[in-house]
Amino acid sequence: MKEFKGRVVIPGKTKAEALVTKSGFNTLASFQKSLMFNDKKATCSDQNNQDLYKKKMAGKALCMPQTIGSTTGGMVLYCACDMGASPACLLFSNTIDSLAAAGAILSDIWTDINLPTVDNLGEDFLTYVKDGMNIEIMDEGVVRVY
Amino acid sequence: MYDFKMNLNEDEISILKGEKGETLAKVMKTIVMYGDTFGADRLVPVSGEYGHLVTSFGLSMMKPVYNLMRELLEAGICSKQKFTVDPRPVDKENVPAGFLKNLVFKYMYSKQNDYEDQLKKMGLMTEDGFTCTCYMEELGNIPKKGEVISWAESSAVVYANSVLGARCNRNSGLIELFGSILGKVPNFGLLTDEGRKATWVIEVKTDELPEAQVLGSAIGMKVMENVPYIKGLEKHLGNDLNNRVRDYLKDMGAATASNGAVGLYHLEGITPEAVEQGESLIKETHQTYVIDESELIRIKDSYKVMWKDLSARPEMCFIGCPHLSLQQLEEWVENIEKRLHIHKNNRVSVPTVLTTSPSVLKEFKKNPHFSKLETMGVGLSYICPLMYMNNPLCAKMPVITNSNKLRTYTTSRYYTDHEILDQITRRH
Repeated sequence: MKEFKGRVVIPGKTKAEALVTKSGFNTLASFQKSLMFNDKKATCSDQNNQDLYKKKMAGKALCMPQTIGSTTGGMVLYCACDMGASPACLLFSNTIDSLAAAGAILSDIWTDINLPTVDNLGEDFLTYVKDGMNIEIMDEGVVRVY
Repeated sequence: MYDFKMNLNEDEISILKGEKGETLAKVMKTIVMYGDTFGADRLVPVSGEYGHLVTSFGLSMMKPVYNLMRELLEAGICSKQKFTVDPRPVDKENVPAGFLKNLVFKYMYSKQNDYEDQLKKMGLMTEDGFTCTCYMEELGNIPKKGEVISWAESSAVVYANSVLGARCNRNSGLIELFGSILGKVPNFGLLTDEGRKATWVIEVKTDELPEAQVLGSAIGMKVMENVPYIKGLEKHLGNDLNNRVRDYLKDMGAATASNGAVGLYHLEGITPEAVEQGESLIKETHQTYVIDESELIRIKDSYKVMWKDLSARPEMCFIGCPHLSLQQLEEWVENIEKRLHIHKNNRVSVPTVLTTSPSVLKEFKKNPHFSKLETMGVGLSYICPLMYMNNPLCAKMPVITNSNKLRTYTTSRYYTDHEILDQITRRH
């Protein structure tokens, strides 16, 4: 078990299974098909992301360096939350990017879904965490991985 | 009330407190939280004349967005500035679809008319305002250097920042609308002098001008959201920011933004801030990435082809993501005509659609090249090819494109301009 300390972007506590991408998370490409076809499991449709392609994202602790791609990104994340297909939380090794931040904030203010979001967890976090590990978000940006 | 960190004036605080309505308070809270996340010191006025929104499609599964729009309109909230918006998803007249695909489009985009009504009520600039290249002269949403704008659409934002010298963060859909509603955006990132400094130097060391879409892809994948300062391209492009160079930068920028997350690049001796400030734009602690011919080949070879049958004969070709300029349209028509002649063909062998903005399309219809399209069997449309491709029927089709953005988000296969010309004009 290891603890990492980051910055709280959206507060909240949760426990979930880790789903990890070492490369940038393309929000539109990843959620595109699940939004189109109302796939509540949110199967990742980003063909360029070998870490996540065809894996279920809903309810997972999504661990990534940052998000990339289209500026629909934040809105797409907001829609995924509203339709009940969102990840359990978002964990960033880097500082959160503007699109992911928008998605997390839009979801927080305009839906009833809580999407705890922590950034600045550091490169060690992304090196340590693996698919299927347990993630627990504690107070003040502490993330427990075991 | 949200415990804000940035400096807000009395009016802004009163909006946040809900004194001008609960919905406007939520709009303000979204923008202030967004700014606080990135250490914005204050909100600054949007000084550009027009906005640009990324969401143009009435996709049935995007209900939360239309519900939010309805909530805004019912609260009497409109954009303070007129705006343009990304391209429409469907064009039955000019893009081959067939009965089944049309049925799928009807189901998928069942909210299109309703959403377009919402956009008009919210402040759509013109019926012709549906394009990802709103900055073309024919439409006229062209921010001036130094102006602060509230835009989304990754390819438009990177163009506005880099080629026009406007100031805009890579805003998400809805955030850009909220900025236009408030007439204010948080001051951080690419709005600040410091945020516009380059942390990467890209050294282009190729004998010939690289394919814009592959070069952009290489840069985007390497620098992600950082600002690159690109050297070596001026050798091929010259120092004049003319239409040809702007078109090249439009396509290169779109690839940097979709294959990575670039919101601004500087091009030595060419883009406005690089011309004015030169290497002083580069941070001392920068990293360097050298791009030569072999690196471009490596990048292009890394693109996974999503077709089931890799040797399938292409059934369709899209050229124009981002939308083509008037000059690019002319060039494509000339080049297709020449290549058909070489292959001793009269019509293209792969159904091909050139995409451009409605206002450029209107202008092109007056052009002598326009009549050649029908003769050559080439279609011309205002749609977003990406939206066209995103359904199970089209996804199964072997579609080819010269767009790295379209490749990234769909199953279409990327070819260079030269390869595309050969594919669509030779006999299969």
